[in-house]
Amino acid sequence: MTAALRWVLPHPFLTLILTIVWLVLQNDISAGMIVFGLILGIIIPWGTSVWWPDQPRSFKLGKMFSYGLIVVWDIMVANVQVAWIVLTRSNASLRPAWVIVPLDLRQPEAITILAGTITLTPGTVSADLSDEGHSLLVHALDTDDPDAVRDEIKQRYERRLKEIFA
Amino acid sequence: MSLEILATLATAIALLIGAIFTLVGAIGLLKFNDSMTRLHAPTKVGTVGVGSLLLASVFHSFANGSQSFHELLIMAFLFVTAPISANFIAKVNIHKQSCPEPPAPPQDDNWSTLNVPEADRIIFEDKLS
Repeated sequence: MTAALRWVLPHPFLTLILTIVWLVLQNDISAGMIVFGLILGIIIPWGTSVWWPDQPRSFKLGKMFSYGLIVVWDIMVANVQVAWIVLTRSNASLRPAWVIVPLDLRQPEAITILAGTITLTPGTVSADLSDEGHSLLVHALDTDDPDAVRDEIKQRYERRLKEIFA
Repeated sequence: MSLEILATLATAIALLIGAIFTLVGAIGLLKFNDSMTRLHAPTKVGTVGVGSLLLASVFHSFANGSQSFHELLIMAFLFVTAPISANFIAKVNIHKQSCPEPPAPPQDDNWSTLNVPEADRIIFEDKLS
């Protein structure tokens, strides 16, 4: 039974997201649209499964939701901070720095989310990954203590992502 | 009626916030003098600037009685793709050495952008000279 379900739905989350995207695109929640969205949500992952060789073994949706809320809040705070730096600080007094974040995460999906989060939040842009994926290169806009930035990224985001993909 | 006024007010406020943040993003892009710091202004301020403008569009559609959620999709795609383009620009900066060289990673050999095979490195240096 589960094998049959796995064959029909190789990526259940992708199916769910595609269905929701279809419903939002149509701007109409009716039975017909839900059925058509589900059909698309089953056919598209099935047809493109060649490009989705692996999937995360476990994924906690509830924890991902609270992580999303934290990130959205941080994005707002980051915007005000960066806007303040842009408007009030002179170029000479800016202290940009490279920060190296050693990664405990191993799954590519988790590292992708971490890198995206870092780019969207306070004064940091993720720039590069080391060749075997053990550390992440982050550029900080203005910091006097790169180690504190690294610890905050590890504490605030990586620890939560480890729980989500644990 | 009062709900309509409230929605119009919300639209105006969201438009104002979006416009301010977009302006600050543009100022940052012009003001900073280093290719890496320049990257910071548009990636952060840009997302909330555009996000707020789209929120205004949602409020406006509710004020007119024609509910629309397309803007949520635009926002979602924007938030997913913005870090990717920022990452590519950062990689180009590192590759062209137009920024201070990053310190070597503690565990692995090198950063993946700088990890160019010997044969390709010669071609690249030929093009530079």
